[in-house]
Amino acid sequence: MEKFQRIDAPAVAMAMANIDTDQIIPARFLRKPRASGYGGFLFHDLRFAEDGAPKPEFALNRPGAAGARVLVAERNFGCGSSREHAVYALWDYGFRAVIAPSFGDIFFGNCFKNGLLPVVLPAEAAAALQAEIEQQPGGWVAVDLERQRVTAPSGRKFAFDIDAFRKECLLQGVDEIDFTLGLAGDIAAFERRQAAEQRWL
Amino acid sequence: MTAASATLFDKIWDRHKVVERADGQTLLYVDRHLIHDGSRRAFEVLAEKGLTLRRPDRTFGTADHYVPTSSRDVAAIADPEARAMVDAVEVNAARHGATVFGLSDPRQGIIHVVGPEQGLTQPGLTIVCGDSHTSTHGALGALAFGIGASEVAHVMATQTLWQRRPKTLRISVEGSLAPGVFAKDVILAIIAEIGAAGATGHVIEYAGSAIRGLSMEGRLTLCNMSIEAGARAGLVAPDETTFAWLEGRPYAPKGANWESALAFWRALPSDEGACFDREVTLDAAAIAPMASWGTSPEHAAPITGRVPDPAAAPDAERRAGWEAALAYMGLVPGTPLEAIAIDRVFIGSCTNSRIEDLRAAAAVARGRKAVIPAWVVPGSGLVKAEAEAEGLDAVFKAAGFEWREAGCSMCVGMNGDLVAAGQRCASTSNRNFAGRQGKGARTHLVSPAMAAAAAVTGRLTDIRHLAGEG
Repeated sequence: MEKFQRIDAPAVAMAMANIDTDQIIPARFLRKPRASGYGGFLFHDLRFAEDGAPKPEFALNRPGAAGARVLVAERNFGCGSSREHAVYALWDYGFRAVIAPSFGDIFFGNCFKNGLLPVVLPAEAAAALQAEIEQQPGGWVAVDLERQRVTAPSGRKFAFDIDAFRKECLLQGVDEIDFTLGLAGDIAAFERRQAAEQRWL
Repeated sequence: MTAASATLFDKIWDRHKVVERADGQTLLYVDRHLIHDGSRRAFEVLAEKGLTLRRPDRTFGTADHYVPTSSRDVAAIADPEARAMVDAVEVNAARHGATVFGLSDPRQGIIHVVGPEQGLTQPGLTIVCGDSHTSTHGALGALAFGIGASEVAHVMATQTLWQRRPKTLRISVEGSLAPGVFAKDVILAIIAEIGAAGATGHVIEYAGSAIRGLSMEGRLTLCNMSIEAGARAGLVAPDETTFAWLEGRPYAPKGANWESALAFWRALPSDEGACFDREVTLDAAAIAPMASWGTSPEHAAPITGRVPDPAAAPDAERRAGWEAALAYMGLVPGTPLEAIAIDRVFIGSCTNSRIEDLRAAAAVARGRKAVIPAWVVPGSGLVKAEAEAEGLDAVFKAAGFEWREAGCSMCVGMNGDLVAAGQRCASTSNRNFAGRQGKGARTHLVSPAMAAAAAVTGRLTDIRHLAGEG
């Protein structure tokens, strides 16, 4: 997994709460091979008209949005289906951080497994950042994981919390499976204990 | 160790800790891993890393998302990519020694119907699956939740998951449900009350006399939609209803093992005085048959209600959300829900495709005629066979409903069972998201009885009125 330490890049804002993973990537694309890339599927039905032309009013299609790597979203972003393809699509498009006041739990976990940083900002901070980016699509936002700080285009700074283990895994680009395989002895001990205590399993 | 006064969740969680770090991250052991035809990516990750499946004996699966509901022939799947997904689960399971109920197996069906039906789902277990509706299995008192593909690969390789202890939320529904009100209405009412993110970061325990009074099928419907309230998992305490339902199922413990398991299961319910992080209470008698009107499961109202006016929304965020939802749904504020004309009906999905759901729908369809296309898709081959033994298929066919083969079908449309753009579908599934049942499709979530009622009237219909007329 690619390490995440700090980025400073153009941001776009999506002014809609409860964006579910069906919106991030519609179900009909999930059968596509991972190697083919998912960037073109991102927000597909919100982003493109029936004839395939970009919808000019959609956030990613607005002037200044090109090259965005930070997405500023609203409450409950990524709710719904567990499809990790939602993260693949954001990643392949170029996003490296998503900032919102809250996330769907499964989506939130999936981000960390792929090097995409989900940042939870308090509602007021998220709204202030959202307002700045709405005014200025493509405005640069810095996300510093080590210092747990987001810097808005205006220079305004917002602190965020993050789970220490997940932070370390992202900073180091740790492969979680390899890490856990290092605990194989503990897992085997658990299995022996369970087999003795719950013979019906 | 578990505290003196522990919740059902605490008891399961504490028993499955393999390693607990000082920072709170816990390596949690997974008792059962359920896989399906969407699990291909995780097998690829396993192969890329040169790893094998650690516990094939704890891994069970079926093909459900991509399977046709018109036939049981994999070769008949026209889309080569969809066919490859169905093939992959069987090939991968065979390669790694896992048990998979493939398309030709009579036990095939939706994984969240098959797991409980086979007795794989048991009280006190940890169960995960790369599907958000894994919350369903909590109906039997198992801690069950959906995970992403990377976590699926992690479970395949290690039989564990890194988790942080979630908060607990007890939702008590007290009193008796009125006639015509089902578990689906209860969960839609709960989500309308607490919101689509109302339980994010929490595990829900459903409690109260109305929940204890639900059948196993009703509890499965209830827990299924926990994720639609933001909770990864929902739980119902195991009781005599659970044990009676489980006994004798193929993978349920037998003989002396059954007795040991039963003693263990009886100690699982939350202790008197156990503390929850949050509590919500609903009055069962106040719940009416529900229907969704928008594009989030929180956009639901009693069938006696009207399409809400965004101008009356409690805040700017919801005003914008309601406006976008009504534009997508093609609805005008103030329209009575019962005046909404429906184009087609879908009875099925991991929410509502079990035998009791089909009986409730058949009771409405019996002696009536569908005036719009209506599909019935049983949750598994065994549900289908049971329904046919009871003659329900004949009831549906006589009423002009289509009787199909088991699978996820039109809930998510991955197999090509789609609602056309602009069409309005009364559906017993779980998500009314924009485009969920097909690009431009408009979904109204309802109970099986309400779906059948819509089929015979061509509009959203209060089942209580229809029953009165019938």
